[in-house]
Amino acid sequence: MFQVLHDVNIDWLGNRLWFIGVSVLLMLAGLGAAIIHQATGRQAFNLGVDFKGGTVVTAKFKQRPHDDAIRNALTSKGIRDAVVQPITDKPDTVLIKVPLEGEGQDGRARVREALNTFGPETQPAQELESDPNAAYKIIGTDAVGAIAGAQLRNKAVAVTLAALVGILIYIGARFEWTYGAAAVIAVFHDVLVTLGFFSLFQIEVSLNVIAALLTLVGFSVNDTIVVFDRIRENRKLHRRDSLYKITNDSINQTLSRTVITSGLVFLSVLAMVLFGGEVLRGFSLALLIGVVFGTYSSVAIASPIMVWWEQRIEAANRAATLSFNQPIKGGVRSSTKPTGREPITPRARKAGRA
Amino acid sequence: MKKKNLLTRVIIIALVTITGLYLVIGPRHRPHLKDFTWSGIKQTLASNIHLGLDLQGGSHLVMRVKTEEFLKRLTEEDSIAAQNAAKDAGFELKGGRADTGGNTYRVVLELADPSKANEVKDAVQKKVELGDTSVWSYSTSGDQISWTMTGAAQRTLADNATTQALNIIESRINALGITEPTLQTHGAQSSHQILLQMPGVQDPERVKDILKGESRLELVHVVGPPSPSPATTYATEQEAIASLGSNGTVPPNRRVLPYAERMELSADSSKDPNQQKPKQWVVVETPAIIDGSELRNATAVPTQGGRSTDFEINFSLKKSGADKFGAWTGAHINEYMGVVLNGEVKSIAYIKSQIFDSGQITGRFTKQSAEDLALTLRSGALPAPIEYLEERTVGPSLGQDSIRAGVRASVVGLALVVVFMLFYYRGSGVNAVVALILNMILMIAGLIMFGATLTLPGIAGIILTIGMAVDSNVLIFERIREELRSGKTVPSAVDLGFQRAFVTIIDTHVTTVISSLFLFVFGTGPIRGFAVTLVIGLLINLFSAVYVSRTIFIWELSRKEKVESLSI
Repeated sequence: MFQVLHDVNIDWLGNRLWFIGVSVLLMLAGLGAAIIHQATGRQAFNLGVDFKGGTVVTAKFKQRPHDDAIRNALTSKGIRDAVVQPITDKPDTVLIKVPLEGEGQDGRARVREALNTFGPETQPAQELESDPNAAYKIIGTDAVGAIAGAQLRNKAVAVTLAALVGILIYIGARFEWTYGAAAVIAVFHDVLVTLGFFSLFQIEVSLNVIAALLTLVGFSVNDTIVVFDRIRENRKLHRRDSLYKITNDSINQTLSRTVITSGLVFLSVLAMVLFGGEVLRGFSLALLIGVVFGTYSSVAIASPIMVWWEQRIEAANRAATLSFNQPIKGGVRSSTKPTGREPITPRARKAGRA
Repeated sequence: MKKKNLLTRVIIIALVTITGLYLVIGPRHRPHLKDFTWSGIKQTLASNIHLGLDLQGGSHLVMRVKTEEFLKRLTEEDSIAAQNAAKDAGFELKGGRADTGGNTYRVVLELADPSKANEVKDAVQKKVELGDTSVWSYSTSGDQISWTMTGAAQRTLADNATTQALNIIESRINALGITEPTLQTHGAQSSHQILLQMPGVQDPERVKDILKGESRLELVHVVGPPSPSPATTYATEQEAIASLGSNGTVPPNRRVLPYAERMELSADSSKDPNQQKPKQWVVVETPAIIDGSELRNATAVPTQGGRSTDFEINFSLKKSGADKFGAWTGAHINEYMGVVLNGEVKSIAYIKSQIFDSGQITGRFTKQSAEDLALTLRSGALPAPIEYLEERTVGPSLGQDSIRAGVRASVVGLALVVVFMLFYYRGSGVNAVVALILNMILMIAGLIMFGATLTLPGIAGIILTIGMAVDSNVLIFERIREELRSGKTVPSAVDLGFQRAFVTIIDTHVTTVISSLFLFVFGTGPIRGFAVTLVIGLLINLFSAVYVSRTIFIWELSRKEKVESLSI
């Protein structure tokens, strides 16, 4: 039996300040980048043609080059993130959508400059067929608006928030609401860090990046639950241990699983970043960053927050119990036997049983 | 006991697998041997899975919102309102009209007494929104006073109409269940064009008709003596106008409309080639009692007592509309009311008793045409008619090369996972790989069964599914190893490993399914595409990663009397 990482004994929670420090730093870097980009007149995010619209140029070729060749020609002239879409019922014609603002002319001139690498354009007065020297002709230039207007964006955010509330309620019911809150905070952290990267490196945000962010949310919650599940189980088995120790043990016990799963997903997504081509880069990069931070946040964010929160509640309960020395009316959090040990509150029992 | 249990499990798995395979290959044609060759599989998948716009391409439609019609109607309505307001305030008018044409939209009133121009203006502006100087510029000349729409206001109003049309078209597309179209404004600012790209649909003409359907609904008072005398109709338009007794003109509070009873109609009646010319005309009061903006819901239902193929549309009104409608119908018992759609009277009925919040549109609708009309009514009326300018078929928006690269990368990633599982978990790794393959087959079957359209966001959902499927196996195997290390026997380690990991797997899967259901129900576009594959995939995964994998373990353990070791 070949085994990585067993019987590890790392004090994860002991390093919580470091972890949270790193996360705060990363989020601040992202925020700083966004603010600087905004202040210097650029956009905080490099929004693609999906979000801000652009110009669509219809070009007719004598010999239509490969989509990739057209895209490369555009990239070499500094037009990035173009959508190249062939028209199938007119095989020599292609739609080129570029994220350039301004009414027609600017986009058209820039695209023409790029397409000239395939040969000159037809003289304005002439048809493509009757000009022996020409390689292509631009037969139409239209401005296009955003696919994803503000409405869609707002709706996407609203729906995702609703989904997070659903997660909060389910984890709250199955574990404790503090667990749910910690998991959701970790998700927010992951999304913010990923968006920070996108702002910092000005990676194009397309509609597909939204899908990648949703994947990230799913992955992060999955990973957090695996750790929490083990904590829940260990609390039942080792009632005398402190939550601090149990959490550390649980992270250590699930560590081999975490490394294998996240490692495999990371490698698969890395393959997509490396070999998946330019168009999918934004999508696959968001996934890659998401895998790393989705895993990291379960250990570094969700667990410390949950432990801190639970400890505060325990402390508050103990104080309340000591001062009244009787169960609070209707209260579930009171412990009837205030001993020096970790009190077995009804809460702890609930967490253990579930 | 254990053997019997195993047999049941194997039978269930075999049945599910066969059903899955059948859904993938059949039911469109009888499976051949060559379906199981590589190219056969590829072809079957290509013909059975709908691919989205980004992966396969589709139609490219450019349409224009006829905003001039919108401005024209607006001006005409204001003109009528202005004439009524002036008359109500006791001023005599020689005439009034809406001048529309070119880029001019003007409301004109001819006064009997030009010296009262300012009083008329004030009276009109008190009731009609012509006083807004950012929209209308007021002028007088001779006995005429007029309000002309400013150029800036024309542009703003036309732009608003276009945006509104875009939103309505979007909601209609969503209601039709077309997955992930792209919808955007097109052309220069003032061209009022909309570009729609949508993946290949079964009946593009029907979709085009639905998108184009104006669906302007009004409920109007039909002028004439009340029941029991029949509703007053006229054979020609001239006759109807003559009945008004105002020298061949239609007074501002009346309209003459064609009455097209018992006609086949679709959401877009103007395009129907079989349409006969309307035979009758009626005089109705204007403005309408209520219009389509007060609609809460509309559904197609079979006509009661009619032929089984006849359908009608039931509609209900919002609170504000119901109040207005209830008050009006209460005061007009036995009088005739007409349902007007796109400027044509569709049905006339007398009011038996006070009606509050519901009504019917009758006519000889087919099931399809009634459903299409109900859909367009629900999504709201288009502010102006729409015309199609351009129609093309386009290739995938992601580009063929990118798709090929993406597929190659996914295969590399998947191969990595398989190799690692086999290397690290040895014999048990086979379990995981079998479970993964079964998951993929059933997932494709699920996509085909639900007729889902696969897009890149959908593939993101599949990636997360595979990630979680691998995770399920890793969780189980790591747990079994842990139990083995703590000195348990092989059978009890397997039992405990599954039991403990199952709790975790249920929690992770249910959480994700719950959140994806939110995304599925309320999300649109890429969000929904993501949720569909994820929900299908995770439900299947509970079966393949837990049940199937467990069965393989049971089978392995049942082969020997006493199991000393496990390849894990």
